[in-house]
Amino acid sequence: MTIANPRIIIVGGGLAGLMSAIKICEKGVPVSIFSVVPVKRSHSVCAQGGINAAINTKGEGDSIEQHIFDTIYGGDFLAQQEPVKKLCEAAPGIVYMYDRMGVMFSRTPEGRLDLRLFGGVKNRRTLFAGGTTGQQLMYALDEQVRKFESRGLIKKFEGWEFTSIVKDHEGRCRGITAINLATMEEHVFRADAVIMGVGGYGQLYGKATNSTHCNGSAASACFQQGATLANIEMVQFHPTTIPGDDKVRLISEAVRGEGGRVWTYKDGKPWYFLEEWYPAYGNTVPRDVAARAIWKVVKDMKLGVKGEDVVYLDVTHIDPDELERKLGGVLEIYSKFVGVDPKRVPMKIFPGVHYSMGGFYVDFDHMTSVPGLFACGECDYQYHGANRLGANSLLSATFSGFETGPSALNYAKNLAKSCESIPAAVFDDEHQLQIEINKKLVGMNGKENPHQLKKELTETMMENVGVVRFNDKLKKADEKIIELMQRFYACGIQDNGAWANDELLFMRTLHNQFILGRAVVGAALARDESRGSHYKPDFPNRDDVNWMKTTKASYTTDGPKFDYEPVEPIHIKPIVRRYDVAPAKTVDE
Amino acid sequence: MKASVRLKVRRQDNPKSTPYWESFEIPYRQHLNVINLLMAIQENPVNEHGQKVAPVVWECSCLEEVCGSCTMIINGKVRQSCSALVDQFEQPIVLEPMSKFPVVRDLRVDRRAMFETLKKIQGWVNIDGYFNLGPGPVLDEKIRMKCYEYSRCMTCGCCCEACPQFNSRSPFIGAFAFGQVHLFNSHPVGKFDEARRLDSIMGMGGLADCGNAQNCLRACPKNIPLPDAIAELGWTTTKRAVTRFFKE
Repeated sequence: MTIANPRIIIVGGGLAGLMSAIKICEKGVPVSIFSVVPVKRSHSVCAQGGINAAINTKGEGDSIEQHIFDTIYGGDFLAQQEPVKKLCEAAPGIVYMYDRMGVMFSRTPEGRLDLRLFGGVKNRRTLFAGGTTGQQLMYALDEQVRKFESRGLIKKFEGWEFTSIVKDHEGRCRGITAINLATMEEHVFRADAVIMGVGGYGQLYGKATNSTHCNGSAASACFQQGATLANIEMVQFHPTTIPGDDKVRLISEAVRGEGGRVWTYKDGKPWYFLEEWYPAYGNTVPRDVAARAIWKVVKDMKLGVKGEDVVYLDVTHIDPDELERKLGGVLEIYSKFVGVDPKRVPMKIFPGVHYSMGGFYVDFDHMTSVPGLFACGECDYQYHGANRLGANSLLSATFSGFETGPSALNYAKNLAKSCESIPAAVFDDEHQLQIEINKKLVGMNGKENPHQLKKELTETMMENVGVVRFNDKLKKADEKIIELMQRFYACGIQDNGAWANDELLFMRTLHNQFILGRAVVGAALARDESRGSHYKPDFPNRDDVNWMKTTKASYTTDGPKFDYEPVEPIHIKPIVRRYDVAPAKTVDE
Repeated sequence: MKASVRLKVRRQDNPKSTPYWESFEIPYRQHLNVINLLMAIQENPVNEHGQKVAPVVWECSCLEEVCGSCTMIINGKVRQSCSALVDQFEQPIVLEPMSKFPVVRDLRVDRRAMFETLKKIQGWVNIDGYFNLGPGPVLDEKIRMKCYEYSRCMTCGCCCEACPQFNSRSPFIGAFAFGQVHLFNSHPVGKFDEARRLDSIMGMGGLADCGNAQNCLRACPKNIPLPDAIAELGWTTTKRAVTRFFKE
């Protein structure tokens, strides 16, 4: 039996969510999209530098095989190799699709797609639209979605927050609950398949390059309802961000790709430490390597500029007109927020939380451990291993949407019975549960300030689960989060109104973040090796014998439990990862 | 060194209630922006009289001035609040919601009308499908750069707020829409639907209602040359009117 017109819900309106929506609409099936913000304002707009595709138009002998190698090598052999292969193979087709949608990619003098250099690679492989590539891709999908919306195939729920999934008696995902952020009414929606495109969890660290709503709350809610999370200890620090009070702001890796140099003063003279330490790649080493180097220079060697926790990122030697054309949007952020023109004065930067490599455990069809619940984009785990290469995220967000849409549709069509025939009680029970939670939260009148708890949580994460990790500090972090969870029950809510009450959402998110935070800490504590972004000085080497394994975290009321699944190196055999010299052999076979 | 920042906020509890003013004193730090001030209120919602009040509600997302969410009126001028550095403003810093859109609560407004307009003008390139059909058309980098100026529009609404023609008593759709029509009509494939887009701005509330105040240019945070698009469309809509009258 097949279901002709399945109901599909997509949570999240960034690149991944919208791409999966488009792929479903293309088959004539309608979808509903839920998003906290109007989808055009999703976090994908923040990506700056570009999108990778080995189109080899610069005569450098670039190839899809090389792209696969660089991605797996860059991810320190923790990525799933088959999906990575498909990702890199699909890349040229994806950028051509965007090109046809009218994305204003930067051009060569002949009017063709231009390419630039990015980190962790030797060939120019990154297409870009000035310095605002993510925004330009996001707008292209937003426009195509609007086309389907005007034809009645897409219904948007903008200004709604996902609160939980609905599971039937077989354990299948059969819908969601969500709250309207103006009326504060909790609603329940039936679906045959649900796709999560909910982004990363950088806000667990407070200050991140992420938008304010990238808090991991939705992923945590699913985790608590049985979805397995994978590799969540893998959190990328971007080496070049502007330190700030409200957030750290991204300065794209493209700046180094276009010739920007990182330096600080040593013995009174400029010291280009990345170029000295990594002569083969220089300033365009991958992010984990650059972040650790800057960390070492500033924290261990105490060589930050003027004793502050910053080093220079310098483009003052590059032609200002070229800077404007290729990096305008990036440099504009620096001048607007710091008040200094980076074309004339070197930028002051420091590593900041940027990307979540980990996320929902999914199979190669992008289905999570909960049947009927799918995940794509930054919130799935499989493409980037222990470290993501720059300009691979816009690619994986799009590609995973490409895969997930049809895969969810296929699943939904082949269900034995549709969500319409599931007893109403299944939905009513979950709905009532969420309504009760809201009531309890709004009624909280204790002495603890929830914002203080959030501050302590983010400081704990930043201090103990950052660029450099130690087991004793990780244990303390876990104890601290447990303490915060206990104090949560003594909180007073700052607003108990019934209209546009952001504090209710804040409370929900905070509690979800505690649970997610414990899983991140626990996964980091368990992994006694150094791999990609996960660096423990007490275990300085990669340990393939014991740890070439995917971390799988599942929720229990006693805390997160961890299982491990070996990564099969079906395409690229593991070799030592180093960037001071070029890898001995780049492309396998 | 200033010890605190004075902040005056025009508040409104819900779309139907009466607005009122409330003032706050926030401890001063270096490098503060307006979002920092609102976050400080969120953490400790106490007004200048020491009374505990509901925290101020506003909208924000990227905090890098690329999403357009946090648009509001600051000391009388519409802009994004994330890039509004406290040191550059006279105190008290006065925050008001945008006046041309319905208030949801406090500084949060409902800008859905703008997205509806984007539907009306058919702001997209109509492509055959979402699979690999090879690259798009070759494009002169000079034209690409011109188009890119328009494609950076965040739909933030600054141009609407600053425009004397755009208000609840007028059907005028707002200058951003003309920038988008111009963008899609400039694209080699987008151009195929040029006539339909032009028709969409030739009726009531369309291009002819623009009063040419050019406030949109001054208000746009991305310096999008909206008056150029309007001037260009003035000529193409005229040509379109001739075609419609004599040939269709």
